[in-house]
Amino acid sequence: MADTKNTATLNDETVGMGYLDNLPRRILTLYLPLGVFTFVLLFPFYWMAITSVKPNDQLTDYANYSPLWVVGPTLQHIKYLLFETSYPGWLWNTMIVALCSTFLALAASVCAAYAIERVRFKGASNVGLMIFLAYLVPPSILFIPLAFIVFHFGIYDTKLALILTYPTFLIPFCTWLLMGYFRSIPYELEECALMDGASRWQILTRIILPLAVPGLISAGIFAFTLSWNEFIYALTFIQSSENKTVPVGVLTELVRGDVFEWGSLMAGALLGSLPVVILYSFFVDYYVASMTGAVKE
Amino acid sequence: MTALSRTTPASPSLLHSLGQGKNLPGLLFMLPAAAFLLCFLAYPLGVGTWLGFTDTRIGRAGVFIGLENYEALWSDSVFWLSVFNTILYTSVASVLKFALGLWLALILNENLPFKSFFRAVILLPWVVPTVLSAIAFWWIFDSQFSVISWALMKWGWIDKPINFLGDSTSARASVIAANVWRGIPFVAISLLAGLQTISPSLQEAASLDGATPWQRFRYVTLPMLTPIIAVVMTFSVLFTFTDFQLIYVLTKGGPVNATHLMATLSFQRGIPGGQLGEGAAIAVSMVPFLLAAIMFSFFGLQRRKWQQGGND
Repeated sequence: MADTKNTATLNDETVGMGYLDNLPRRILTLYLPLGVFTFVLLFPFYWMAITSVKPNDQLTDYANYSPLWVVGPTLQHIKYLLFETSYPGWLWNTMIVALCSTFLALAASVCAAYAIERVRFKGASNVGLMIFLAYLVPPSILFIPLAFIVFHFGIYDTKLALILTYPTFLIPFCTWLLMGYFRSIPYELEECALMDGASRWQILTRIILPLAVPGLISAGIFAFTLSWNEFIYALTFIQSSENKTVPVGVLTELVRGDVFEWGSLMAGALLGSLPVVILYSFFVDYYVASMTGAVKE
Repeated sequence: MTALSRTTPASPSLLHSLGQGKNLPGLLFMLPAAAFLLCFLAYPLGVGTWLGFTDTRIGRAGVFIGLENYEALWSDSVFWLSVFNTILYTSVASVLKFALGLWLALILNENLPFKSFFRAVILLPWVVPTVLSAIAFWWIFDSQFSVISWALMKWGWIDKPINFLGDSTSARASVIAANVWRGIPFVAISLLAGLQTISPSLQEAASLDGATPWQRFRYVTLPMLTPIIAVVMTFSVLFTFTDFQLIYVLTKGGPVNATHLMATLSFQRGIPGGQLGEGAAIAVSMVPFLLAAIMFSFFGLQRRKWQQGGND
């Protein structure tokens, strides 16, 4: 796993009073519950993976084959998904939408967080509070009026509709997170730059941003994951198959009638989860930092 | 926004003071974020409230009809069922998430081998797109080929497959289970971060004074953890209350509306049903509940601050 030094929000060094317990007691109170938790939390992923490589005849034949294992794994579901459906297109759409909206949100949030935290214009703290309240507005009460607005702007059923609406839930979160990071950068650095005649913009790009790189990574990967996982806006604003994102495409196009092709459905779910899981595995500590950072403030 | 308020002419050199002061750069820096949030957050909120008072349909502009939508909802038994379902879903799922999440956080706070590994894999359900993990749950909850039914039948606990999503009680239990599954990691990891800020010396001191493990938890750990519990649970309640994805994938509100939440009912009436006005009215009816949840946690936090001797 990545090193814990950069973002030391969680530390492993605390020994606590665990040394007072004996081994059988620890097994019963710690290892057993932990094992059950880990099993339950990970089983759906195992089930997803094993189903996506199972030949069709084994999928529902529980009498002759154990459902928990696979004999002669096959790639037919994945092949079907990649070559006979629009799945690669959905992956591409999701990638474009997630990258663009993350970029837009980060750019806007950096400026906003800097203004609130460091320029300290009149009413900055109120604006900060409003940003926090904006974070609490859930998409499920906004999607109907947004659909109305998106339609009037003439961007209904385009990727642009998603790229422009996703920042509404990304900006409040990223701004809130970056405000915390900017707060930890010493004022003195900024004062020195001001004395040397730097403008606000130069201070932000030359001094603050290089120092806030961990914060930018945290906010960026978190925003990317949130936009990758978004569902309700994509479901509402997109109609045509070629503009769909992975979650919407898998659910609306791969589920046909009464015959569920569980193999390709699970393969679709697995492949659609992989990009965020890979990103997550490289940046675990940044994720934890951004999640707990947002809660702690 | 509020930055505008300072631009009232106070001195003859207005332009000069604007350029040199903090307000103009502040305003410029705020501009992109403010534009996005005003255009796609504040404006839709207003539009949504207005739509709730009209009979707008998809493809047809509506006229103002006052409280008719709300009156129709008031006498609509499906709406009240969805309110009941939402409250049931939120309260049961939040309590379970809190209890199990706290338990998991306490376990992870102990000195364990491979701790960072466990911490990393436990967060996975929360990272993976909800819709995609819900599809996996859909397959797990299949009426004929559920792996849970298979295991229970193999052990001889039941003799025919459980109809997880076909019966109203078990469908409610199933969607709550899936929601708890997805929510535990967030609660556990956030509470773990809170637990790690509690100094072990407090625990040791309590232990030397003869406190039992339960007393140490009740009178040392829990009070120290209260502020972070309030914030985490507010978020958890908010996002459970407005949940849409899980229900939409697993049951679409069925069987016989037994799992319809307010968000899914709002979608069903508004988008496939075409009744934008009524859908918006349902969405607006969620706001009072959300405000209540926010106020509850806000005042909970203030009480905490006052106890610690800080100012409000």
